[in-house]
Formats: sequence, structure tokens, C-alpha cells
Amino acid sequence: MSKILIVAEHDGAKLNPATAKCITCAKAIAGAEIVVAVFAANGAAVAAQAAQIAGVSRVLQVDHAANEHALAAMLAPQVVQVAAGFTHVFGPSTTFGKDLMPRVAALLDAPQLSDVMAAESATRFRRPIYAGNAIVTVDVPAGTRIVATVRTASFEAASAGAAAAPVEAVAVSAELPSHTRFVSVSAARSDRPDLQTASRVVSGGRALGSADNFKILYSLADRLGAAVGASRAAVDAGYAANDMQVGQTGKIISPELYLAVGISGAIQHLTGIKDARTIVAINKDAEAPIFEIADIGLVGDLFTIVPEIERLIGAAN
Amino acid sequence: MKRILVSIKRVVDYNVRIRVKPDGSGVVTDGVKMSVNPFDEIALEEALRIKEKGLAEEVVVVTIGPADCQQQLRTALAMGADRALHVLTDVPIEPPAAARILRKLIDKETPILAILGKQAIDDDASQTGQMLAALWGRPQATFASKVEISGEKATVTREVDAGLETLEVDLPAVITTDLRLNEPRYVKLPDIMKAKKKPLETIDAASLGVTLPPTLKMVKYEAPPVRSRGVMVKNAQELVDALKKKGLL
Repeated sequence: MSKILIVAEHDGAKLNPATAKCITCAKAIAGAEIVVAVFAANGAAVAAQAAQIAGVSRVLQVDHAANEHALAAMLAPQVVQVAAGFTHVFGPSTTFGKDLMPRVAALLDAPQLSDVMAAESATRFRRPIYAGNAIVTVDVPAGTRIVATVRTASFEAASAGAAAAPVEAVAVSAELPSHTRFVSVSAARSDRPDLQTASRVVSGGRALGSADNFKILYSLADRLGAAVGASRAAVDAGYAANDMQVGQTGKIISPELYLAVGISGAIQHLTGIKDARTIVAINKDAEAPIFEIADIGLVGDLFTIVPEIERLIGAAN
Repeated sequence: MKRILVSIKRVVDYNVRIRVKPDGSGVVTDGVKMSVNPFDEIALEEALRIKEKGLAEEVVVVTIGPADCQQQLRTALAMGADRALHVLTDVPIEPPAAARILRKLIDKETPILAILGKQAIDDDASQTGQMLAALWGRPQATFASKVEISGEKATVTREVDAGLETLEVDLPAVITTDLRLNEPRYVKLPDIMKAKKKPLETIDAASLGVTLPPTLKMVKYEAPPVRSRGVMVKNAQELVDALKKKGLL
């Protein structure tokens, strides 16, 4: 029988919803026993939240002063200690899980599956490769312990259950290193929505022609409450900052609305947006590849169209 | 000698349209343009900048794979790496095996830093750097957007979901690079000529005494569901109307 350990992600007070998505993924494995481990300085509140989720059979609360900040080098030896006897060790495919889980896998001498999008059985999983341009089905040999990160966009969060699962305190006996120290964390600085998680994104390409011309996109984005992105061509030309880059070598995003302005649609850019719900493209070249995947396309001069859209939206509000 | 080890991977160029083979046995790579993994270029650029600041004396670049990978090592040498190691193997290498190989090389090279790309754009695993740090028993600073070396320590700013996190790690350490860390330099023609004379050592992977064959079995490859072409509108008004109709405004 499968015994699945899920490493909870939290901020010390609240369980991150990514954890409930990992639980949904684990529930797809028939007959699995699902145990959530909370590593915190004082994890009582988080453990109680995890215990409420349907499908969880136990919650392990691992309190240690070193767990105040989630440092992979500190957490990994503790996860390894707790993982004894488990067949699967899951974490979310967030920066927390991506940082931690491979360190755990190496210490366990186990292979890792990154970004699991479906669990077809205890030993068969599907995951995207090439930035989602191919999906591979992977078999884990029977009897091999497997570590995985779960692609949160592929699963709904598991809901609360009828009764809370028991919470057990676990003491840390693993030796923890002193070579890694937390200094600080600063929240994303922009007053605009974060590009990675924004529900609306306005992006500009080389056709904007200058950094100054990007202003018309910022203006429209502010009207829409949208984040601003850019194609690699626009970033390479110096029109937009590197962290605004959308595409395979930049950010891979899945907003509700993606507005591509003056972006021709190089493959590496399309790779970064193909999970967007609705793609709108504005380009003066009717043959631009972006139109092949756009839900709504408009051929024309962006410098007249963008301000007009802003005016029309403003008039409507 | 203060040395930085940078590992690079030969991957399908980021501008190539990926095609799954009709029989589902893999992705088409024959006759396709191959390049240095973009995140690894950033790793190399960072190592070169650290050396140029006088904080390291030698940058050693390593790759693992078949004979063709030498092209990417030559590119790395042209960018400015001092010498190259080619761990030669035709066996498909999973991240745990890559980490074991790099761990072996570290015994010999004793670097102050190992810098890797945060992920390769082919398998998108994002595992090797973290696994190497674990096997080495050293700190890891993943998804770095800023690196400062001072004495026996590095202060690294990381791109995390919550924003920017700063860690202080003792050296030696493993750093994996995010996109924002730097913009890699362009290679100039004279550098390509000079790179031909730089040392490139080939090491038989089998001689390193680590387990190489993959553990996981790739059963089949499929193309993702395709997006279809939508509607064309004539002007801004129609566009706004269409968005309203979809409930997006």
C-alpha cells in the first residue's frame, strides 16, 4: 500500500493552498494513506488547518526553532527523518517545494518527478517537459521510493473533511547545519499585480519601439488592474526589464486575460502563455504567428488602438 | 586556487518549435539547433563576473553527455571559461546521476562555488543543483537574482513566490541562477578562435564510479492539447465588446 508524506507549505500561521492541491494529487493514488508533515517553529495552528482537510489520515507537527524560515538545508534532514517508511514524498511545485524536494530526494537516494500534473497510479505519473510543449508519462519501478513536486495549476485544492485528523508531535533528532542563514524577505515591490500570478497581463513586443513607448501599456494595464510583461525581443532591445520577460526563458504564466501588443509570437514566447484562458493579440502584421493561437485578434497600429481601448474601457466604467 | 565550477547542458535551442515524434517515443532532436541551456549561460556569466572582480581565479565549465556536447563547451570557453571538462557518456543522465558526477568532480576541483542554471529547458526538472548541494553537504542558494561574495561567505538574493529572499551562506556553496541575475555576454569572433586553444579534458563517465543508468522509465510522449485560432475583430470597439461578451471586462 502507498504511504504518502506531504510536506506542508505555510508562512508560520497559515497553510498555503498549494498543500491542499498536493493532497488532491495524492488522493488519485488508490488506497493511499496520506500524512501531512508541518515543519515550523510552532506549527500548532498550521497543523490544525492541515488536519481539517478531507483525505488526511494524520498530521505530523515537527517544531524546531530552526524552522522559523523555510530553509532547504535545515528542512531536508528533518523531512528525511520523518519520511522513513513512506513510499512517496510530495511537496508543492512552488519555489518552496522546488528548492526543498530535490535536496530531500538526494538524501533519500530517490529519484524525483518534478511538476506532476497527474497521478495515474502509485507508479505512473504524467508531467510536462519542454515548458509544456510535450507531456511525458513516466513509470517508477515498483519498490522505488519516489519524491515529487506537484504542479499546483493541475489540481483543485482538497476541501475540508467531516472530522479533523489527529495531530502528532514529532521531535527532531536529525543534526542541522549552521552554514545557511536567513537574512530577510521582501514582498514584490511593484504596486501593480505580480506578473507571475496576475489574472490579467498586458505584454509588449519589439513593435513598441522604445522603453518610453511602453508607457501606453502601463497606462492600459493600470486601467485594467493588470500586470505588464514583455517579449524577449523587447527585453533584449532594452525596452523592458528582464524580470518582465514572458516566455520559455522568462516567466510561464496562465492569466485569465493575456493581451499581446506588438508581439509577433516567437515560439519561446507562445510557450510562456499557452495556459492563458483568453489570448488577445494586436499586431500590424496579419501574418504574425501570434494570431494562430489568439482567441481574439486585431490587425492594426498599436499606437492608435491601445489608447483607444483604454478610452473605451474608461468610458464604460 | 579559488575556482568556480559551472555546469552546462546542451539542449534544444529555446527558439525551436518542439515536436513530439509520431510514435510517442520522444521529442524530435535530429537536425534541430542545439544550444547551451539559457539558465546555464547566466550561471557562466555570473562566474565570469565574479572572477573579473578578482574574487575567483579560475572558471571551469563542465558538461555531461555525448560527443556533440563539445560544441557547447567551446561556446562556454569562448564566453570566457578558462578550461572545460567533458564527462562523456551516451547514457541518458537523470538529475541524480548528474549530481553524483558533479560531486565526484568537486573532489578533484575543490571549487569555492558551483553555479548551475536553475533548470534545463528540456526536462524542466530543476533538481541537479539542489541534489549536488545535498550530496556535497553544503549550502544551496537556488533561483538567485543577486550574488555577492565577501570573504568566506556569499549573500544571495533569491526569487521566491513571496518576493525576494536573502540568504547568507558559507562557502563552498551551490548557487542556481534565475533569469534576472545577469545578461550573458555575446561571444565575439576572436574569442571563438581563442577558445579553440583552451584546454578541454574528456573524462569517461564510467570511470567515475557512480551509478549512471536512469531509474525512471519514460513510457510515452504526447503533444499538449492545441489552442485553436479564434476570431478576428476589426477595431478597438469590437475588441472591447468581444472582451465584455466573454465577461473579461
